Amino acid sequence: MLYREAGDFKTTYRADEQTFPIRSERWLFWTVMVLAFAVVPFFINDYWNKAVLVPFLVWALAALGLNILTGYCGQVSLGTGGFMAVGAFACYKIMTAFPDLNMFIVVVLSGFVTAGVGILFGLPSLRIKGFYLAVATLAAQFFLIWVFNKFPWFYNYSASGQITAPERTILGIAVTGPNSLPWATYLFCLAIVFVFAWVARNLTRGRIGRSWMAIRDMDIAAEIIGVSPLRAKLSAFAVSSFYIGMAGALFFSVYLGAAEVTEAFGIDKSFLALFMVIIGGLGSILGSFLGAGFLVLLPVLFKNIMVNQFGWPTDVAAHLQIMLIGGLIIFFLIVEPHGLAQLWRLTKEKLRLWPFPY
Amino acid sequence: MSPAFLNFIEIFINGLMAGIMYSLVALGFVLIFKASGIFNFAQGVMALFAALTLVGLQTGQVPFSHLINAIFGTDIHDWGPGLPTFLAILLTMVVMIALAWVLEKFVLNHLINQEPIILFMATIGLAYFLEGFGDLMWGSDVKTLDVGLPSGGSFWWEDVTRAWAPEDADYWGMYIDKLDISATIIAVVLVTALSLFSQYTATGRALRAVADDHQAALSVGISLRKIWVIVWSIAGFVALVAGIMWGSKSGVQFSLSLIALKALPVLILGGFTSIPGAIVGGLIIGVGEKLAEAYIGPMVGGAIENWFAYVVALAFLLFRPQGLFGDRIIERI
Repeated sequence: MLYREAGDFKTTYRADEQTFPIRSERWLFWTVMVLAFAVVPFFINDYWNKAVLVPFLVWALAALGLNILTGYCGQVSLGTGGFMAVGAFACYKIMTAFPDLNMFIVVVLSGFVTAGVGILFGLPSLRIKGFYLAVATLAAQFFLIWVFNKFPWFYNYSASGQITAPERTILGIAVTGPNSLPWATYLFCLAIVFVFAWVARNLTRGRIGRSWMAIRDMDIAAEIIGVSPLRAKLSAFAVSSFYIGMAGALFFSVYLGAAEVTEAFGIDKSFLALFMVIIGGLGSILGSFLGAGFLVLLPVLFKNIMVNQFGWPTDVAAHLQIMLIGGLIIFFLIVEPHGLAQLWRLTKEKLRLWPFPY
Repeated sequence: MSPAFLNFIEIFINGLMAGIMYSLVALGFVLIFKASGIFNFAQGVMALFAALTLVGLQTGQVPFSHLINAIFGTDIHDWGPGLPTFLAILLTMVVMIALAWVLEKFVLNHLINQEPIILFMATIGLAYFLEGFGDLMWGSDVKTLDVGLPSGGSFWWEDVTRAWAPEDADYWGMYIDKLDISATIIAVVLVTALSLFSQYTATGRALRAVADDHQAALSVGISLRKIWVIVWSIAGFVALVAGIMWGSKSGVQFSLSLIALKALPVLILGGFTSIPGAIVGGLIIGVGEKLAEAYIGPMVGGAIENWFAYVVALAFLLFRPQGLFGDRIIERI
């Protein structure tokens, strides 16, 4: 009833390759987009902005990046935190060196810087794979954090070793710094995420995305049919790091405002991003959003229920939360290795037949 | 001998000792990887969990007291003076075996035939679960663990080494922790016991058969599920030993679980499938790390201990992906 369509009557390749082949789904998507762009900014307040919406958007971007590398190209990375740190510090250096630059350009530029670093640390992937590569990316994580701690040039010789985002604007409206308004920061993040999610969707269904998936499914076979592992793996590392770098830049400049590298970009952030991708769905754009939403909302929910409602101590709530997250990871890997995105797909199948399933 | 050379020896010996500690953790990884092909990321957290349980039993804490107090508004902490060390270790071992059984029943059994990387990620989930569970059960404050092992510097060795330096040199002898010496002895005993066990007992042979070929082992009537419970129990035992050593050294706290990350480069150097490899790899990493910190560290601002091991492992991987003692990797389509 909800999805009124019968059979596959596609006559063009274009129609077959549509992102949203069902009309009601297209409507749903655009309704959500209109709500997000035109309605939410009028009702947003500081709590929702800082606690839910901005972290969701930033983590969705990071999960998108990791999903390109892990979900589409099959290279497990535990260096997400380190690459986010590269993005954050690149953003800080560019912000302070060119104060008049449009913030959007700053974020994209920090993405490019991170992409370069990503290619460098992606080089070992040509020789090693699987969890050997995961260990290699751990080297990236620890090494990068150490670099940003040890060389004062990166944090402009500030006494505390912290980086603090100065006020920067787009079209005269502040999006970073203490004077930025909730709606402005929200719209800024949303616009970036919207544009680059669209880019990611089109990359992954195009030629380059298919070469990634070929490498993921079986690298030797892919090489034999003419996919260059060098190009596919390094481009996956570059694109993935580009996204993660932008997420790191936004995380620091818009969300945190001030960051200390070991605390803000530690190994726990790498795991968090990996969990988002697993829970959301490996190899799915929608999954990155669902996973990010799930893991950003879960702690907020836990805090509201257990601490505010029941009055439990925060440490008990925190322990229950990690237990639950760990349990959910195992649960999803056992029951639904393709994550929330696959659950959504199954729901859609059910809805197509409802109310007369056969 | 000149003081500089004596310093070098001191750093070298301390590196070897630190390496033994890494090997203890790496050993648990190798055991599980050989028998089930699972790269168990949760090994470090298992060590933490074992140490937490041991301390809890030793001091007579009530499990889940924080949670119970939160739900029922009670105020309970202890149920008595606690158990003697020996009994507490035995009981902890029982807990670890129970953990292995539960894991096999509820997790591994459902993940048979999945890709290694899925299993790897499942053990990351397990690591998180166990960490939360352990903290919830025993509280997350830093605890001291004392099982009666000698600790502190060895004065005898200090006196011996001071005599080696010239009379007028400003040298005060080498510092070697007695705890590290006990760890070395225990590690040697453990490895000997494990190799004897796998060489001369029926269960040990079954373990090796499973490690060689799952299908072939099944066909001669070895129960995979039983073997997995045994292997995870042994890994739990190794985790307990590692937990005791690390816990006595630096207190039982969250950072204990991070030693698992340190064991990864050890494994890469030594190879995932070799017990001697875990030992040798641990020694190389331990010595390399300490020497690098002492001699290269000052040039670049110090604290390179955190990443040096990984970079060594990374450089090593590029030339020999299977590690020093690992089996050759053969790929087919």
